[in-house]
Amino acid sequence: MRITPTFNVAYRALRRNKMRSVLTALGIIIGVGAVIAMVGIGNGAKAQVEAQIASLGENVILIFSGSTTSSGIRTGWGGAGTLKIEDAEAIRREVPGVIGVSEEVVSTTQVAAGNQNWFTRIYGESADYFDIRQWPLADGAPFTPQDARSANKVCVIGRTTATQIYGNENPIGQILRIKNVPFTILGVLTPKGLSPQGVDQDDIVVMPYTSAMKRVIGGTTLRNINVQIGDPRQIEAAQQQIISLLRQRHNIRPGRDDDFTVRTQQEIAEAATATSRVMTVLLGAIAGVSLLVGGIGIMNIMLVSVTERTREIGVRMAVGARGNDILTQFLIEAVTLSSVGGVIGILCGIAASRVLSIYANWPTLISISSIAIAFLFSAAVGVFFGFYPARKAAQLDPIEALRYE
Amino acid sequence: MNNGTLVRLVDVHKVYRTGEMEVAAVRGVSLEIKRGEFVALMGASGSGKSTLMNILGCLDRPSCGQYFLDNADVSGLDRDQLAEIRNRKLGFVFQSFNLLARTSARENAELPLVYSAQRLSNTQLREKADRVLASVGLAGREDHFPSQLSGGQQQRVAIARALINEPEMLLADEPTGNLDSRTSVEIMAIFQQLNERGITVIMVTHEQDIAAYAKRNVIMRDGLIRDDRLVTRRSEAKAQLQNGREAAEPI
Repeated sequence: MRITPTFNVAYRALRRNKMRSVLTALGIIIGVGAVIAMVGIGNGAKAQVEAQIASLGENVILIFSGSTTSSGIRTGWGGAGTLKIEDAEAIRREVPGVIGVSEEVVSTTQVAAGNQNWFTRIYGESADYFDIRQWPLADGAPFTPQDARSANKVCVIGRTTATQIYGNENPIGQILRIKNVPFTILGVLTPKGLSPQGVDQDDIVVMPYTSAMKRVIGGTTLRNINVQIGDPRQIEAAQQQIISLLRQRHNIRPGRDDDFTVRTQQEIAEAATATSRVMTVLLGAIAGVSLLVGGIGIMNIMLVSVTERTREIGVRMAVGARGNDILTQFLIEAVTLSSVGGVIGILCGIAASRVLSIYANWPTLISISSIAIAFLFSAAVGVFFGFYPARKAAQLDPIEALRYE
Repeated sequence: MNNGTLVRLVDVHKVYRTGEMEVAAVRGVSLEIKRGEFVALMGASGSGKSTLMNILGCLDRPSCGQYFLDNADVSGLDRDQLAEIRNRKLGFVFQSFNLLARTSARENAELPLVYSAQRLSNTQLREKADRVLASVGLAGREDHFPSQLSGGQQQRVAIARALINEPEMLLADEPTGNLDSRTSVEIMAIFQQLNERGITVIMVTHEQDIAAYAKRNVIMRDGLIRDDRLVTRRSEAKAQLQNGREAAEPI
């Protein structure tokens, strides 16, 4: 059978009932548009969370001190103080693939300079910290491994801290008093914005961990150790090696629980994006239902069309159309409706998500794959819901069809 | 063109089942039609002539018995094979024309070629349709829609459609049933002219004067052939049309 005339027949049949075709396609337009917009919103939220997680650094393994029980009172993670500086050094020495280790201690305290003061967070870190967290300095220079070895009174500060204490003045080279210890400011970090938990990451003072432990916070244990692995494929092996190394160093007998916790950045990211993934699936599913309803609309109209054109089908059969020719003709009609609706729906969906991201300030992300899937799905809806009416037409008895009033 | 047998029915029965009841519409018909014949199939309603026509037109299969068309047994063919036979060997003309609405005369005439195995270019398709339309006197009306044509003209489009695949046999089911008497004579003139060119024509009618344009009349009653005779005083449509007075009131 000839294909071009078949397309012409379908086109003419759709044009003959313009209003009906437009309304039927509208069902698909709304369905596909909703899928595109909803999945765009979900993916946008997911991408935002992922970007925030990525700001923790790449290929990072975090090791936290365990909890401890003292007089029946259990502390949280990091409370036990089970991680020693020597543990970090052993990891640096013995675990293959490690390219950076930062011993971390954290505290909050009042800092002052001149007549200004500010309550901020103090992070004690090694010189690797800035590479691990991919956090370059906006101005000045970071402290060096030598500063860490000598517990020098130097620090770098975040943008928020800098603004709060020095205003528009250049803080580099200035003295910042932390618990009455004078620290020289070496640099200012690039602004990082809010963390996934809503904490201002730029409200910070970072100094060598040795200086923090000796001069500011006190204590001999680390809150956590940040480890960066060079090759992402080695992360899992490194995680296992860190666990067995620390168990051995802490003399934990087999069968006993670890007194520390090891988390990869991957695990943290997965937990954080799980919610937005569920949201994407839910939004997509709801939108998918409207696409389904659009498909039923197509089936409805195709059934009406088959009934209306019973005589035409009879004539076509009498002059030699086979069942397959009739089937193809009606399927092309249904698929034309659904895929034209699909294309318009994709455009509407993109427009809708643009409007949402501009006016409601929601992040949206429309991927080529979601467009391709939406289009293929709408065409498939046409085939699926067009098939029953088309088969009904193809199976008509030519004599009955010719006699149909 | 050989003058052998085109149609041979051997003891053909057709039984319809409606619920519990079995109705025998055709009850043992044997019939032979040679190439170049012009047969009028007659009978009252319920005589089985329409059923027989459907079988002859390969729209229906006999319940039992055999049908040889062009020496090939077509009684056992499936739907698709019958569709191909209809496309290649048969042309249909209906009482109610059955043209596709809002479709030009040319495209209506082209319709069988859409389903034909032969591949023609769009230009060839168009030329062929225009030639056939001209041969039934519709030159210049190729782009008209059925709604813009008179009943006679619509039936001519239907005849053009039936002829476009150069069929062996033309099957007409009450072709003049919806036409006035003058137009009926015009259609009969076309049929007689086609028949002279060698096309076999089978026509169902219940009008004696229309049957008189055929060469042979087969009369059915109760599912059987009751009479099969050659027409002795045959009407000549062309002559009647040339003599306008007579054409206005055909015999």
